[in-house]
Amino acid sequence: MLDKFEIKVLRISGLLIVVFLFAYCMLPAKRRWVTECIPYDKAYTEPRVTKIDAKTYQVFAVAQMWSFEPASITVPPGSEVDFYVTSKDVVHGFNIAERNVNMMAVYGGISKTTVKFPEPGVYKITCHEYCGTGHQNMQAEIIVDFPKP
Amino acid sequence: MNVSRSLRNVIIIELFVPITLLILGIYHGLMQVVYRAGVIHQSSAVKLDYYRGLTAHGVINAIVLTTFFAVAFGHATMLFYMKKEPNKQLSWLSLGLMVFGTLMAAWAILAGKASVLYTFYPPLKGHPCFYLGTALLIVGSRIPLFDWLRIYREWKRENPGVKVPLAVLGTLVNFIIWFVCTLAVAYEVLVLLLPWAMGWNPTVNVTLARTLFWFFGHALVYFWLLPAYIMFYTMLPKLAGGKLYSDLAGRIALFGFLLLSVPVGVHHQFSDPNISSTTKWLSTILTFGVAIPSFITAFTLSASLEYAGRQRGAKGLLGWFGKLPYLDSNRYLFGYMIAGLILFIFGGFTGIVNSSYALNNVVHNTAFLPGHFHMTVAGPVFLAMIAMSLHLIATLRGRKIFMPKINVIIPYLWMVGVLIFSFGLMWGGLMGEPRRTNLGMTYLNPQHELYTPQWVPSTMLALAGGTIMFIAGMLYFVVFFGTFFGKKAETAGLDLPVSEAYHDEKMVPLFNGFRPWIIVMIVIILIAYVPALVDVLSNSGPGAPPHLPHNPLPGL
Repeated sequence: MLDKFEIKVLRISGLLIVVFLFAYCMLPAKRRWVTECIPYDKAYTEPRVTKIDAKTYQVFAVAQMWSFEPASITVPPGSEVDFYVTSKDVVHGFNIAERNVNMMAVYGGISKTTVKFPEPGVYKITCHEYCGTGHQNMQAEIIVDFPKP
Repeated sequence: MNVSRSLRNVIIIELFVPITLLILGIYHGLMQVVYRAGVIHQSSAVKLDYYRGLTAHGVINAIVLTTFFAVAFGHATMLFYMKKEPNKQLSWLSLGLMVFGTLMAAWAILAGKASVLYTFYPPLKGHPCFYLGTALLIVGSRIPLFDWLRIYREWKRENPGVKVPLAVLGTLVNFIIWFVCTLAVAYEVLVLLLPWAMGWNPTVNVTLARTLFWFFGHALVYFWLLPAYIMFYTMLPKLAGGKLYSDLAGRIALFGFLLLSVPVGVHHQFSDPNISSTTKWLSTILTFGVAIPSFITAFTLSASLEYAGRQRGAKGLLGWFGKLPYLDSNRYLFGYMIAGLILFIFGGFTGIVNSSYALNNVVHNTAFLPGHFHMTVAGPVFLAMIAMSLHLIATLRGRKIFMPKINVIIPYLWMVGVLIFSFGLMWGGLMGEPRRTNLGMTYLNPQHELYTPQWVPSTMLALAGGTIMFIAGMLYFVVFFGTFFGKKAETAGLDLPVSEAYHDEKMVPLFNGFRPWIIVMIVIILIAYVPALVDVLSNSGPGAPPHLPHNPLPGL
């Protein structure tokens, strides 16, 4: 049979796994980091930026071969932005590396996430899924800047 | 042991075809790092377009080589341990379908009619021959399972109460996983994509196709890995001069893979729409579960190697690490396996990063991903496969290894190359460098408005590592073909190294058959995939019309 040392090791690893799983089960309450799931609706497929209030914006982005619309988005520092992303044709990617926004743009699906832009700057949106021969040209930007007086 | 002429030819062809194609696959591996580092700012070089070459690289290296090898190695292990030959007609039928399918798909890719990458996500559309060829390759590779199961049942009837050899158990586990997961991709290809690519169906549900692909796609990873694991458990301890630390641990690990290889595919879709967060969260948990058999393996193999080192006279806590036969040209298999295992330490940990729900946001679809999987599939998997291909060719044809001194350093050269290459890719990935992108045309082109200078050092490292890998690959081809076409020097036959077990546990009936495990496997798959498919079907919008890769307007 197992010796004492082995039983001890098995118990410790079992306990660690239980603690780990418990910690992970606490996670779902705060699962905002992953692409959210919302049912498809045609209203999301019209590219636009909507201002909810001074610090809250909604961006409806549409990816297509080989550009994003809108191609340039301007919001003030400290804004919280909801991104709704879809595709007009093939599968594209929507990656804002500096803010860890990372979603797929899929025909017939709406990817949603929310992110804050505390610092002024230019944030690139890069398509990171192969989408045909012009894939390497596909980039847009978010300009986070104080509004001009 | 003796092998009939027919089976010997089947195995030899199944190794010769993919290794010959691999020359093209590795050539384009080198070309990719050249393009990506901005050395050339073009869409194609030597008449091979970047994305066409990338498709060939993925399909040849990750699907053709691995599938052919798994079947050839399966035939060899079944014969070696069960002492019964697989059915002649069925093994030739399987080989014929695989070769025919490969040629069909290769034609479509090289003619530039299927630059859709090896994941072939719709609505990018490839030539119907690409889909049909891939399907035939897969169908061909499934045939031997039924024949091997017949051999296994006969053997069990003749040997009641005897443990099924670990290698046979591994081969059957692997092909049962393969049988289950390929059902989904066969449905995707034959029901969704082929009629759509022929113009009979106007649209296809993109997320559904992606979900079916990844049902297959992640199990595919374990289909690559398990032949290597079989070698690690049943050969590596012997080659190192020791014994396998625990035979039962190997069985537990293999059945762990059987349970958890398939139901984890959704972790490739954390960034996808139409799948709920709960389904994605469940997939994270299950993926952490599938790390456990690998941890068991890491422990068992380290213990086996420590025992081997001590048998060879090692002293102290870590002295055994220095006493292993790293450069023994008579045991070159050891070098290939240990180099792969060292890479797999990093490959495994980065895999846990990818499967973690939140961390995935940092790395998904960036260069971090190829950085990770070149330390798994191009690490232990690739090295074990090419080493065993060489061994089987040499023994089955009765040839001596060509340039044995060079052969023994190839795996270490490859390992150093991969470490540099993957470090570059992962560093770039953390800075947002996308994968599968011809960076040289825009992001790494100083003349272009999208020029991104912070990616220069990372892509340069990838170029350096990739070049070293290419050199190691070319040296391997010299050794392989030199051995293949060398003079006959020994009697031909099949010989595999066999490890004894240090702890040879009593036969436990639970670990000596498949039935209860397959039932639990199906239950877990249903728990994971029924919600995923319900999500996809209830949240998806309209289906998508086909697009050719060069045309923004839909059409065939």
